[in-house]
Amino acid sequence: MQKKKWIFLALVLVIPGLMFSVSCQKKLVDASPEPMAKEEPKEEVVVKEEAPVAYKAPSIIMQEDIYFEFDKAMLTPAAQDNLLRKAEWLRENSDTTVTIEGHCDARGTNEYNLALGDRRAESAKAFLVDLGISASRLTTISYGEERPVCNQQNDECWAKNRRDNFVVN
Amino acid sequence: MNVRWLRCVVLFIAANLLIGSVVCLAQSDKDQYEYIDISNPFLRKIPLAVPLFKNANRTGEEKRLSDSSADLLAASLEFTGYFKLLDRGAFLFDPQKDGILTPQINFANWTVIGAELLITGSLKESGDNITMELRLFDTFKARRIIGKKYTGKKADQRRMIHRFCSEVIKYLTGKPGVFGSKIAFVSTGSGNKEIYSCAFDGYNPHQMTRNHSISLFPAWSSDGRYLAYTSYKKGKPDLFIKNLAEVQETTINKKGLNITPAWVPGKFELAATLSFSGDQEIYLLTGSGKVIKRLTNLRGIDVSPTWSPDGKKFAFVSNRSGSPQVYVQDLASGKVRRLTYEGNYNTQPNWSPQGDKIAYASVVDGRRNIVVMGFDGRGLLQLTHESGDNEAPAWSPDGSLIAFSSNREGPFRIYVMTAFGTDQRRLLVMTGEQTNPKWSMNAFNN
Repeated sequence: MQKKKWIFLALVLVIPGLMFSVSCQKKLVDASPEPMAKEEPKEEVVVKEEAPVAYKAPSIIMQEDIYFEFDKAMLTPAAQDNLLRKAEWLRENSDTTVTIEGHCDARGTNEYNLALGDRRAESAKAFLVDLGISASRLTTISYGEERPVCNQQNDECWAKNRRDNFVVN
Repeated sequence: MNVRWLRCVVLFIAANLLIGSVVCLAQSDKDQYEYIDISNPFLRKIPLAVPLFKNANRTGEEKRLSDSSADLLAASLEFTGYFKLLDRGAFLFDPQKDGILTPQINFANWTVIGAELLITGSLKESGDNITMELRLFDTFKARRIIGKKYTGKKADQRRMIHRFCSEVIKYLTGKPGVFGSKIAFVSTGSGNKEIYSCAFDGYNPHQMTRNHSISLFPAWSSDGRYLAYTSYKKGKPDLFIKNLAEVQETTINKKGLNITPAWVPGKFELAATLSFSGDQEIYLLTGSGKVIKRLTNLRGIDVSPTWSPDGKKFAFVSNRSGSPQVYVQDLASGKVRRLTYEGNYNTQPNWSPQGDKIAYASVVDGRRNIVVMGFDGRGLLQLTHESGDNEAPAWSPDGSLIAFSSNREGPFRIYVMTAFGTDQRRLLVMTGEQTNPKWSMNAFNN
């Protein structure tokens, strides 16, 4: 009885996971015709190790920010990988809605940064919609440079602020 | 001879300060107007003497008002950047003993210390009212240029002084200056970004919004009756148009961004960036918030419109070339031209009320700095150097000064400089950080 339960659980978890990874593969290629410089390989390692854990506490993936290059709203390969995992979770939790917040670093000026943050949030939304997540579940808001997570004036800090933050409602 | 020379010098300086074209009085008493083209931004300040005022009753209160009026007059004129105020310690003059009328003034006492202009004043207190007599003299000509008498409540002291300042500046430059204007800005002093405003010289800053949220981008209508701004008070960046007399507000809260309002000069219409279409585009709106038409039509960011004074063109920021740059668009034809080519981050354009220049913030060597260019994109002049980040330039209504925000002393604060970048000084000290200044039109029409 116990054994059956485990098998059942494994099937429930693994099969959809496999399906997603297959269905997403093509989209990934479409969305990034030009491969970009590698960003934070560390993150990918963490993903592999914690993959099974993610199903036990699935909202962790939603708590991860995705990051952008300076004055860019294009999704990096790392950001796309992260969004693939967010899409999985969103499919699993189809009753949730998400607010995607676009943010910028403070090196620019705040008018333009509000527009840039808008584009960053919309990039992530468009990617998730391409992966089959209903647009009605995803709202976007830009905060420009108004809500930094890091207040120092250095590259590391600026990189942390150039982000999309995902709030599950 | 002396007279003509002085007049020429005064006018030349005024012309220099006023950029481009300026009215030049001819040497005859009949005013003839002539436009002169100035390419040399050399500044020579006019030596001006403002002795303490004479007062009749010589009560403590009257003396206090009298002295503060003389100080305010001197400080207000100095603020313009046109004058060098002479030290009162060098004056061979006693305001209580010596006369303040033309025949009573020994002009040699003023020319000997280098004063070219002299302002004398008297102040009389009677109950709640004060009466001021103010006179501007040309010391070399030994002649009175302006004489005015003002009566009002004590609380009108600033207005009376600034009326007279307007007369002085109008005589010298042909335009009434900035004395009836205000500056709106954003401050974090209350813990949130709220909109504040103060007089042109930083006097009496007060909070205009209490949204307890992020409020940004104040923009005065030409008649000063409305203030448009962006706020997150309802959870997202919406546009609000505040009727300053009636406290009521119009809301523009379309999906996405509703930001960077800019009033069309002389009209109850404004341009703003809205992103409800999925793209950040500039729209023309009525003052009651209805979309008249979409102005920009290219995929990418279009933001921060600013109007030419005739309302026929607007400059704005677009990243259509891959980086944020300043463009200009003709309203009627829709024709667009790129204005900035130096650097890869040029934003926050502000079109001079005279129409000839556009100021903007440019990232130079990793720092933001204020640059001024001709309306055609030529003749770049960088006004701030090696003093932290300097951004959000805003022209004064007469085009002689630029307010901006800088972190040169640590926190962002509002500073003012002349149109040529000289006399950079802090406008006011407040708690928190101050950004996004916008100068109103001049409320004095005289």
